[in-house]
Amino acid sequence: MSTFASFVRKEFIHILRDVRTMMIVLVMPVLLMLLFGFAISTEINDIPIAVVVDEYTPEVRRDLTALESNPYITLTGIVEEGQVDEVLRSGKVSAVVMMRDGKRNVVLDAANSSLSVSAGSYITSILRSGTTMPLSITTYMRHNPQLKSAYNFVPGVMGLIFILICAMMTCVSVVREKEMGTMEVLLVSPIKPIYIVIAKMVPYFILSLINLATILLLSHFVLDMPVSGNLPTLLTLCVLYIILSLMLGLFVSTLAQSQVVALLICAMVMMIPIIMLSGMMFPVENLPPVLKQISYIVPARWFIEAVRKVMVEGLPMAGILKETVILCGMTIALFVGSIKKFNDRLE
Amino acid sequence: MKSVLPILMRKEITQFRRNKVLPRLAMMIPIMLVLIMPLVTQMDIKNISVVVLDEDRSLLSSRIENHLANSDYFRMQESAYDYSQAVELMDQGRVDLIVSIPAHFERDMLGGYGRPISLTANAVNATKGGQGIQYASQTIISAVTEIAAETGLEAANFQSSDIRIQNRYNPTGNYRHFMLPALMIMVVLLVCTFLPLLNIMTEKEHGTIEQINVTPVSRWEFILAKLIPYWILALVMIGLAMLLAWAVYGLVPAGNPLNIFLGAFLFSLCMSGFSVIIANISNTMQQAIFVLFFFVIQFMLLSGLFTPISSMPAWAQWLTYAFPPRYVINIFRSVYLKGTLFTELWFDYTMLFVLAAAFYTLATFTYKKQK
Amino acid sequence: MTPIISVRDLTKQFGSFTAVDHISFDVYRGEIFGFLGANGAGKTTAMRMLCGLSFPTAGAGTVVGYDVRTQSELIKSHIGYMSQRFSLYEDLTVAENMALYGGIYGMKTRDIQVRVNELLDKLHFADHKDDLVGSLPLGWKQKLAFMVATIHRPELVFLDEPTGGVDPITRRQFWDLIRATAKEGTTIFVTTHYMDEAEYCDRITMMVDGTIRALDKPTTLRQQLADQLGCTYDVMTMEQVFYHLARQAKLQ
Repeated sequence: MSTFASFVRKEFIHILRDVRTMMIVLVMPVLLMLLFGFAISTEINDIPIAVVVDEYTPEVRRDLTALESNPYITLTGIVEEGQVDEVLRSGKVSAVVMMRDGKRNVVLDAANSSLSVSAGSYITSILRSGTTMPLSITTYMRHNPQLKSAYNFVPGVMGLIFILICAMMTCVSVVREKEMGTMEVLLVSPIKPIYIVIAKMVPYFILSLINLATILLLSHFVLDMPVSGNLPTLLTLCVLYIILSLMLGLFVSTLAQSQVVALLICAMVMMIPIIMLSGMMFPVENLPPVLKQISYIVPARWFIEAVRKVMVEGLPMAGILKETVILCGMTIALFVGSIKKFNDRLE
Repeated sequence: MKSVLPILMRKEITQFRRNKVLPRLAMMIPIMLVLIMPLVTQMDIKNISVVVLDEDRSLLSSRIENHLANSDYFRMQESAYDYSQAVELMDQGRVDLIVSIPAHFERDMLGGYGRPISLTANAVNATKGGQGIQYASQTIISAVTEIAAETGLEAANFQSSDIRIQNRYNPTGNYRHFMLPALMIMVVLLVCTFLPLLNIMTEKEHGTIEQINVTPVSRWEFILAKLIPYWILALVMIGLAMLLAWAVYGLVPAGNPLNIFLGAFLFSLCMSGFSVIIANISNTMQQAIFVLFFFVIQFMLLSGLFTPISSMPAWAQWLTYAFPPRYVINIFRSVYLKGTLFTELWFDYTMLFVLAAAFYTLATFTYKKQK
Repeated sequence: MTPIISVRDLTKQFGSFTAVDHISFDVYRGEIFGFLGANGAGKTTAMRMLCGLSFPTAGAGTVVGYDVRTQSELIKSHIGYMSQRFSLYEDLTVAENMALYGGIYGMKTRDIQVRVNELLDKLHFADHKDDLVGSLPLGWKQKLAFMVATIHRPELVFLDEPTGGVDPITRRQFWDLIRATAKEGTTIFVTTHYMDEAEYCDRITMMVDGTIRALDKPTTLRQQLADQLGCTYDVMTMEQVFYHLARQAKLQ
């Protein structure tokens, strides 16, 4: 068996023996997909409210009935004006509707900012439905008629998982050998040092491919995302990104001497920027200029944008040329940088 | 015989101070999170580019267009000839929302039967699309209501009602104020779960933990000595974060700051106990970190940090009762933004206490001096 | 005289693998007791059971009068331990490591100071008092680990392969240290795979594949084998004794 192949085999054995980590590596994408697909949302399920009533006019009764019978609103009770502060502050209700003199005052607990806007407009629309205004609005959702948020986060999950597995795990694996001293033994072997490290990457590459398949299968069959559109383009893009992540892990490993430091660097330089600046959870458009500049060097940002274009809008390779070129450039830069640092360290 | 605890703690502190990376990082984390995160976590969508196709060219339709133009949420895009051109612009990514006002819109509205205005949104980004539609609808409705009031159209076919919305506790609707307390929690989370875990796993991997196991030092003494410095560190960092929040964002707790510290303290108890459990059952550092990371991700996503718990399906909501972050996020937000009283949050504090006790029992139980 | 260590049929199994197979022996106060054997013979596993680091699968044992199964925490206050990896805190200084363990074993602060200085002087180490352990060469770490193991003047000290990886001169010096400590009345229980170190011990056992193949004074074992093979005593080395025993074990 060639030396390289035996190194790869050793790395595989390391990983396969650590059953727990491997389980997590394979299960995490599934879990994230399920969480994002079914548990995380900003939809309104239930708004607990209280009502302050001055006089029981027919309009008031009408509104009360409308609120009470609505399945998404729970009318907890009628309160006095003086109690409004207390019920909102203690969190018993999310909103209080004050009905007085034909006016309606919807007091929202805006501390729960993400919900309060929707809650406010929802309550308003219920109250308004009692009135007549011949205004109707029809809506069309382009590319995503059912408004599936999956279209949004699946690319983000991919971006995160690949960096996590390829970059972080490779990095920690390399640094671990450095720390334990076993790296020196490997360096004395008749193989170029860079191949040792590449041997380390092979198992994680394979694991990432498995994860890619899992994510795509889940997206298609469980979350109903269109995947079949441009499969070759999508796969090329993902493989490119996986390689980039491996290179990133390699590069970071040259910077750290102990596992603890490696991990902390990975967390600060990779995880946090990805979660914050890649467009995965928070829209890139809203970033202040400085952060926007920084986001340009976060690889995940380009990846996620490209994946969205391919998966949701069905663009072919030509449509994501810009992103692809940038990702390629980053990969090459990281690779060259790593080799240089690696060789430097040996002298 | 005097307790070994002070001696062990002194060792931990000496090691921490001598470490080149950790103390600096510990200081940097709250700064980074509190300063940068709020700038980033802006879930409200602004600058939605809109194209209005006005085929009516009436007073009403131009009022609608004005309202849209004046809204913070929208940015008016160059006009398009017709719908298909607008859609093309949308596919090129230059337009997010198309508002089509049909011909005779005003005439028919006044006549009491409405022609629908159609809104077309680019829903690749579902949140953006959905919110765009929502804001646009609201804007259109308020424009129409306004004209109705002005022209005195309180006719039988045209009743509008006076509905006003008041935002309490966050009058500016500032998303940052909403996120800051939650971000402080992330600070504690990072300090009190990852750092103790790394600490224990390092001792395990270097073998120094075995040397301790052969001494009469008891399990709880060893664990406590490791954790107490991190509890204190967490409290210091919360204090620092609160100061930063005041200095940079002008955010001051509406309620009693002591409640916040108490919440943070109980939370750090919980999470550090949890990390000890993981350290006890892990063999290598890599493994421990991944297991911890796995759980931390669940906690963060499911505890109301980014999306509300009430929006989750029932089974997920039940799960969150076992997650410490859920309670402390509620405590932080309520005390900071609403000035909620200690007594009103008794459930959250109690649950934190119960979870802490449970985790510690498990932690001591899973730490085996003799295998 | 009651033995300071007494073991009967002590066994440790990991799944289907028996690492320590029904061993029995006694160790008396003040002696240097050697536990010899090849790597993997079960020496370290046996020692860990005596230190309270590992539960015996079967059998019984007492150390300083306490049961290894039920009273391991009590044993720990009376013993010292030096592991194969000299587990010291690399980011603490020599003095800090020593003071830490002195405190852990309940010594008063003043006593610790006195004892630390005493040990450092004895080993001519005083000027390295404030060096970080991570910066010390291996031989010094070894001596430091020994000092830490004996800082509280325990009646019994366990040394697990204490001379691994150092040159012969340093090894010799280390054994001088061990013998000096034994002279003060401390019982030494030491495992090693260096057969020549057996000469330094009062009595030794030889472990092969988890069982005890010999238990006696080194001189007696050499004499026995010499008699058996018909050669003179001085030609016999402990290594030859070991090979002989190991081969016998294989044939059985």
